[in-house]
Amino acid sequence: MSARAIRRRILSAAMTGLVGVLCAAAVLPLVLIFADLLHKGATSIDWNFFVRTPVPIGQSGGGVAHAIVGSAIIVGTACLIGLPIGIGAGIYLAEYGTGRLGWTVRFVADVLNGTPSIVIGILAWTWFVRPVGHFSALAASVALAMLMVPMVARTTEEMVRLVPHSLREAALALGYPRWRTSLQVVVRTAVAGIVTGALVAVARIAGETAPLLFTALGNLNFSLSLGHPMQALPLQIFTYATGPFEEWHRLAWASALVLMALVLLLAMAARWATRQRYGTR
Amino acid sequence: MSVPLPTFHNRGDRAYRVTLTGLAALLPLLLVVVGAELAVRAWPSIHRFGFNFLWTGRWDPVTEVYGAGPLIFGTLVSSLLALLLAVPLALGVAIFLTEFAPKWLRRPVAFLVELLAAVPSVVYGVWGIFVLIPFLRGHVVPGLKAVLGWSPFFSGVFYGNSMLAGGIILAIMIVPYIAAVSREVLLAVPGSQREAALGLGATRWEAVWSAVLPYGRAGVIGAVMLGLGRALGETMAVTMVIGNRHDIGASLLQPGYTMAAALANEFSEATTGMYLAALFEVGLLLFVITVTVNALARLLVWRVARGGSAGSRAL
Repeated sequence: MSARAIRRRILSAAMTGLVGVLCAAAVLPLVLIFADLLHKGATSIDWNFFVRTPVPIGQSGGGVAHAIVGSAIIVGTACLIGLPIGIGAGIYLAEYGTGRLGWTVRFVADVLNGTPSIVIGILAWTWFVRPVGHFSALAASVALAMLMVPMVARTTEEMVRLVPHSLREAALALGYPRWRTSLQVVVRTAVAGIVTGALVAVARIAGETAPLLFTALGNLNFSLSLGHPMQALPLQIFTYATGPFEEWHRLAWASALVLMALVLLLAMAARWATRQRYGTR
Repeated sequence: MSVPLPTFHNRGDRAYRVTLTGLAALLPLLLVVVGAELAVRAWPSIHRFGFNFLWTGRWDPVTEVYGAGPLIFGTLVSSLLALLLAVPLALGVAIFLTEFAPKWLRRPVAFLVELLAAVPSVVYGVWGIFVLIPFLRGHVVPGLKAVLGWSPFFSGVFYGNSMLAGGIILAIMIVPYIAAVSREVLLAVPGSQREAALGLGATRWEAVWSAVLPYGRAGVIGAVMLGLGRALGETMAVTMVIGNRHDIGASLLQPGYTMAAALANEFSEATTGMYLAALFEVGLLLFVITVTVNALARLLVWRVARGGSAGSRAL
């Protein structure tokens, strides 16, 4: 083998090694973050953490029950608003989205997916906080709904498209009108995939903090009212982490661990739901 | 849908189609309304400061003079720093996973990288404050100063919250987006490209470098731009580590500020109409920049990996 050929082989081997190392380096932060979350968060989590509300500085034993419940309410309301719109838009894209409007909606959905969530937060403030003069959990839900619609629309479209054309034709041949074919045959077949897309979107918005800053605002007390300020887990973490107290920092780590665990559970559930039907990708 | 279905003109079909069309039309409507609302609210500031808003650095709520120069500067510098660090890593992931990794390794590694995108921004912020910054202070910055301390980019005292910390956190956060889209683009490169190169006697790396990457170039550039879009608009993690000071300085060790961070910190404090208008103008700028970057990125990615919702798969 000539010297040149050897050199080329060495370069190839070296570059293979380099991309491997780069890949490992990209995954490293994830490992470090998870290790730190477990290490610093787990020791602060006890029963009180889940069932109590915060106690004044200096006392110990407070919890974040109000933030966990608040997050659930805000995200749940966001789903009620966002999921029907997102799923409907997604079905439109898959079933009728061949024309110019389809192209536009698809394109805009992808662009909106990259829009900073803080901008959406400002909009929610302008529309729902400023006119009534006080912060509210509902404004936060609307902001989160606006964030989830484009995500859900695109995943729904993708999943509905996976349904074989022959199913559609069979239903139409049996005399089903088009709308019933779409809803009862096509969409029903794609339901697992649509659920996956919804879960992924929920996982994403559950961790959002920026849109909540001037909408839900945060609340030290337990609140169930959509019309008033409400605490949410990400907001709580932000307040605790940027605060001056050691005890707060401890709670920030613990809350971060809980939030991460919730997000991971949702992501895992999403994967599991798709794998049931479509097998591995 | 490849084959057009026959349309039956009955009432149910029409109602179904109209409903879905209405829901879908909400998306473009949202984009337009958001832009218009921001522009209207920002108008007093646009009218009063004109183009000076973009490059002057005074941000003074007392005398009501506002200039977003430092915010724009900080946003660009932190995002470019993030790209500098993230692009090699993300391309490493994409190339390794599509070209070199053994089959059994591909899925688990791809999953781990996608998990990076699932970590909430505020959790990155917590990690940045309590782990990354102390680590930088103890182990990285002393070394950097010893080697590069002579350059203006690494001069001055390092207090922790800094452009450098912001850039690093952003880099970690955008790696999964760039990697996921690049991987999709590289997967869309036909196998015949690789086979042709290998058949001509290329080594495996040469096949990647001279056949696969050039074929996917537009898509990879699009992926990088998507990452840039994310970095420009990222808020919480950045505001927790970047220092939040209206300053322009060459040194990466000094505190900085970004447009998104300024909105997060100051929006609820804005008491006067002009202060609020200035912040709305910052929001408008951020919105216009990210929409432009994302739109260009999307067109580039679509050119290669047609139809797929690249990016929605990050997670």
